[in-house]
Amino acid sequence: MSANALPPIDLKRRFSVMRVRELTIRALLLGCALVSVLTTAGIIYVLVTEALIAIPPEKAFFQEVSPVEFFTGTQWTPQYQDKHFGILPLLAGTFLVAGIAAVIGLPIGLAGSIYLSEYASRRTRNLIKPILEILAGIPTVVFGYFALVFITPYVLRPIFQGWLGFEVNIFNAASAGFVVAIMIIPIVTSLSEEALRSVPQALREAAYALGSTKYQVSAKVVVPAALSGILASFLLAISRAVGETMAVAIAAGQSPTMTLNPFQSVETMTAFIVNVSFGDKPQGSLEWKSLFAVAITLFVMTLAMNVISQMIMRRFREVYQ
Amino acid sequence: MNAASTNVPSASVPPPSVRPTESTQDVLHVRRRPALSRWFERGFEWTCAASTWFGLGVLVVLLIGVLWQGAGWLTWSFLTNYDSRHPENAGVIAGLWGSFWLVSLATLLTVPIGVGAAIFLEEYQTKGWLRTLIEVNLSNLAGVPSIVYGILGMAVFVKMFGVFQHDPQLLELSLGFTSVEIPLPFGRTVLSGAMTLALLMLPVVIVASREALRAIPPSIRHASYALGATHWQTIRHVVLPVAVPGIVTGVILAVARAAGETAPLLMIGAAIFLARTPGGIESPADVFRHPHGLLEAPFDHFTALPIQIYNWVSRPEPEYRHVAAAAILVLLAVLQVFNVTASIARARSRSRARW
Repeated sequence: MSANALPPIDLKRRFSVMRVRELTIRALLLGCALVSVLTTAGIIYVLVTEALIAIPPEKAFFQEVSPVEFFTGTQWTPQYQDKHFGILPLLAGTFLVAGIAAVIGLPIGLAGSIYLSEYASRRTRNLIKPILEILAGIPTVVFGYFALVFITPYVLRPIFQGWLGFEVNIFNAASAGFVVAIMIIPIVTSLSEEALRSVPQALREAAYALGSTKYQVSAKVVVPAALSGILASFLLAISRAVGETMAVAIAAGQSPTMTLNPFQSVETMTAFIVNVSFGDKPQGSLEWKSLFAVAITLFVMTLAMNVISQMIMRRFREVYQ
Repeated sequence: MNAASTNVPSASVPPPSVRPTESTQDVLHVRRRPALSRWFERGFEWTCAASTWFGLGVLVVLLIGVLWQGAGWLTWSFLTNYDSRHPENAGVIAGLWGSFWLVSLATLLTVPIGVGAAIFLEEYQTKGWLRTLIEVNLSNLAGVPSIVYGILGMAVFVKMFGVFQHDPQLLELSLGFTSVEIPLPFGRTVLSGAMTLALLMLPVVIVASREALRAIPPSIRHASYALGATHWQTIRHVVLPVAVPGIVTGVILAVARAAGETAPLLMIGAAIFLARTPGGIESPADVFRHPHGLLEAPFDHFTALPIQIYNWVSRPEPEYRHVAAAAILVLLAVLQVFNVTASIARARSRSRARW
């Protein structure tokens, strides 16, 4: 154990094998971290060069079709001889499906999160959480099958066609909206529950001390206190509903019509993108490029919702921590 | 209540009034709640409970429905047959092997990059604009619809920005004992699909790995530094081994998600109808009979289990509904294996924690 046995260490040496190795590893790890930044850059580059500004010999979609026509046109017929590129029917289809999903999914998800955070015992919570995880992990193509094979023929048709006399198309926005609602419920429930549980216990105790009932505490104190977190989860869920592809492509159909009738066949933006990529459209044709114009619209919409949701969440975190 | 009232100095308490004031009436009112309000209380609780169980109810209905539709169709030959024009002969072997290759390659690609990125963010760049940039970017990527990743994969991997549009190349890579032919651009191959799925899995893997790293107390690292270890030695031999179970859990969950993805693979150009497995490998024994197939598989055309389901669901013939249901049962069984493995890994990582 004598100190003389060890070779002297020069603490001031700047270039050693070890230091070079450390720096190389650091650079490699930085490279790994930058892959995600490159992914974003790649997405933006591809969408912008095909839709907005192309490299000169090529022409981007918006250099051939005016953005005014694109955003105000009410006809979407890229596959016909008489081509019209008005995105409004696709937007209407998207919002119809996402709207139905929101009307069903958001209240159920919120009520579920109130139950889990305010009423449920620990045992119940430990039972329900894995079930929600399973529900969130079911592939969307399975939900599409469920909507087409079960919801429309066994739920929608007997009720709305048999009793109420509506005409229910086999492809319809309602069945797609319903299964998208099932998909967003786990998102809303788990994120809202997190928001509700981070409301300080003192607020609840204060409300009870004033003689409030459990309902009053939950609905009039805890929910308002967690409102920003709940709103953030709602936005995230709607953004997921707008970007949802397979269930909607299977169940909602492929007819771009401007309608608010939930029992008619519609086409969403995502369903159009899938359908175009299906048929072998020649690269460089206007129809091919319209895919990117729709995709950039979708990307900007979902991105905006996500960014706003994150901003709300960040503000909300500042309040209680 | 007694403790509270004794704390109040008696001098500051106003003399109790004889007549009940408005406020004491309010208190009495709260104490004797009318029946209607009690029912409302209970109704609210039941509504919330019902909403929570609603998801479970739908899950049960879905599973029973799929079982009922697919029951007689899930046979051994269904697992070993290729797709067919006759529903009774259709099978999932091409989709199973396709999904296997896609998910395995995607995992091989995404795990080193994802864990590396997590280490960089948690152990090296713990503050500064670069970290903020990467973090903001990651949280935005997690919200990008999967079909947009499909468009990226199509432009970058399948078509390579159209650079080789007019003269596709066949790059021959010699490995000494054998050689591989790599098509440029990659085209509609397993490799293109796997790389796209890898990008899709990346944010999930990074987030899970960061959480696993963050759960390790700094004192462990300090102990390692105090013994003279360098930064990387500390990470490699002290931090990473402890973080592995957490990372594995996250990776398995990401894999389960990737195995069910359909939309990006459709964009990449997965084949709808294919009577071939990647590399011609139909069973593990084929690997020994035809080892070169392992090198051919990444550059082969492919289909995947969810793609086959999508194809069968969209067929007009009602028999294909049953075929689709049987394939869904296979897919859900595979995903359940992943989920159970993940929860075992999670339980292990919790019981192993020693601090």
